[in-house]
Amino acid sequence: MEREDLKSVLESLLFVADGPVPLQRFVEIVNAAGKDEVSGALRELQGDYENSKRGVRLVEVAGGFQLRTAKVNADFVKKYLGGRPARMSRATLETLAIIAYRQPITKAEIEAIRGVDADGVVNTLLERNLIRAVARKDVPGRPFLFGTTDDFLQLFNLKDLGQLPTLKEADEIRLPELPGESEQVALEQAEAEE
Amino acid sequence: MSTNVQLEIFEGPLDLLLHLIKKNEVNITDIPIATITEQYLATLELMQTLNLDVAGEFLVMAATLIHIKSRMLLPAGETAPDEDEDEGADPRDELVKRLLEYQRFKDAAEQLEQREVLTRDVFARNAAPTETPTPAGFREISVLELLAAIQRVIERLPKDVVHEVILDKITVRQKMTLLLDRLRAQAQVYFESLFDDAKTRMDVVVTFLAMLELVKVRAIRIVQEELSGPIMIEAAVGMDQAAEQVTLDEAEEEQHGT
Repeated sequence: MEREDLKSVLESLLFVADGPVPLQRFVEIVNAAGKDEVSGALRELQGDYENSKRGVRLVEVAGGFQLRTAKVNADFVKKYLGGRPARMSRATLETLAIIAYRQPITKAEIEAIRGVDADGVVNTLLERNLIRAVARKDVPGRPFLFGTTDDFLQLFNLKDLGQLPTLKEADEIRLPELPGESEQVALEQAEAEE
Repeated sequence: MSTNVQLEIFEGPLDLLLHLIKKNEVNITDIPIATITEQYLATLELMQTLNLDVAGEFLVMAATLIHIKSRMLLPAGETAPDEDEDEGADPRDELVKRLLEYQRFKDAAEQLEQREVLTRDVFARNAAPTETPTPAGFREISVLELLAAIQRVIERLPKDVVHEVILDKITVRQKMTLLLDRLRAQAQVYFESLFDDAKTRMDVVVTFLAMLELVKVRAIRIVQEELSGPIMIEAAVGMDQAAEQVTLDEAEEEQHGT
C-alpha cells in the first residue's frame, strides 16, 4: 500500500474511533502493512497535523493514538459543547498526583503524605474512574491498593505512566509559592467569565 | 490581631505549615519552631472563632509542634531516656521530611494541572463533558442561598394572620403534582412565584418541601444566573418519571384514606 493511501486509511480509522487506538489494532485492520510502516505513517500524519494550521492534532495517549482538538480552539469547542468540565480541587489534584507517583498505594499511605483524611477524595476519584483498586495490601485489615486508570492518562494527555515528569528531589524544592492556587483561581475566573 | 485577617482555606496542617514557612520567608530545613508554633496556634484559634470545623489532624499537629518546641529547649544530650531517637538528632527532622514530601506532591499536582487537560484544553470525539451540562450561564445554587430565599418568602407573609381554623389540607404530594403541572406548562418559573398563593407559614413550608422532594428525585433543578440573582426552577430529566410516581403514590394514599 502506498504511504499516502495508508495515511488516508489511518486517518479514517482515527476519525471514527471513540478512544485511543493502539498501534497493534491499526496493524490488524490494515493487514497489508507491517508495524513499522503503520507506525511511520502515523508519525507522518502527526507531523502533517502539527505543521498545518488545522484544528485537530494526532496525539499519542493512554497507549494509543487519538485525534484531539487543538488547544488554541478550546474556548470555541467549549462554547459549542455547552457543558462545564468538572473542575478539580487542589485536594483532588494532590491526591491524584500522590496515587500516580506512588501506586499501588493504600488510603492510609495517602493520608500520611497529605496529613488529612482521604476518604472523600478517594471516593470522588473512584467515581470519576481516574483511579481503581488494583489489589489488597498484605497487612492487617487487607486494605485496598489504588492505582491510576487509562482515563487518568487520557485526562492528562499522557502516553503512559513513564511520561509523568520526575518528582523533584528534596534539594530542588523551592518553598513554596502555594502552588496551583493562583492558577486555579485564575482558571475558575476564566470559566466563570464564559 | 489585625482586623482584616484573611483566612485561606488550608487543605490540612501540612498545608498550613508550608504557608506559614513561606510567609515568614524562612528556610524549611531550619524552621524557627517557636515562631511557627505560635502562628500555627493563632491560626487554629482564628478558625475556631470563625466556627470553622477544625479537623482533628490540625490538633494533632499542634501537639507535635509543641512537643518539638519543648525538645528544642533541652540542651543537647538531655533528651528523655525513653525516647529512642538518635543522640543529637534535630527534633524537627521528621517534620521537615514530611513537609518536603508533601511539597513534592503539591509540585507534581501543579505540573499535572499544566498539562493539556482533556475537556478543558483539548477535546476528543465522545469526550463528553464530565458534568451534565446546565444551560449556559446558569450556576447551581447552594443550600444556604436557598435558605435565605425561603426566609425572604416567609418574611413577606401577611403579618396579621386571621385565625380561621379551616385547614386547607394540602399535602406535600399534592403540591408536588401542582408544581409539576406548572412546569409542564412553563419551562422555567421564578422560585418566589411558587409562593404567590401561600398565605401561611404552613403553605410555604409544604411548597418548599414539595420542591425539595422533586429536586431529590431529579424532576426539577434549581438554578441561578448570577450570584444573588433571581432563583429559577426548571424541569429536569426525571420529570415525567417523577410525575408518574407522584400520581401513583397519591392514588395509594387516597385508598388508605390518609
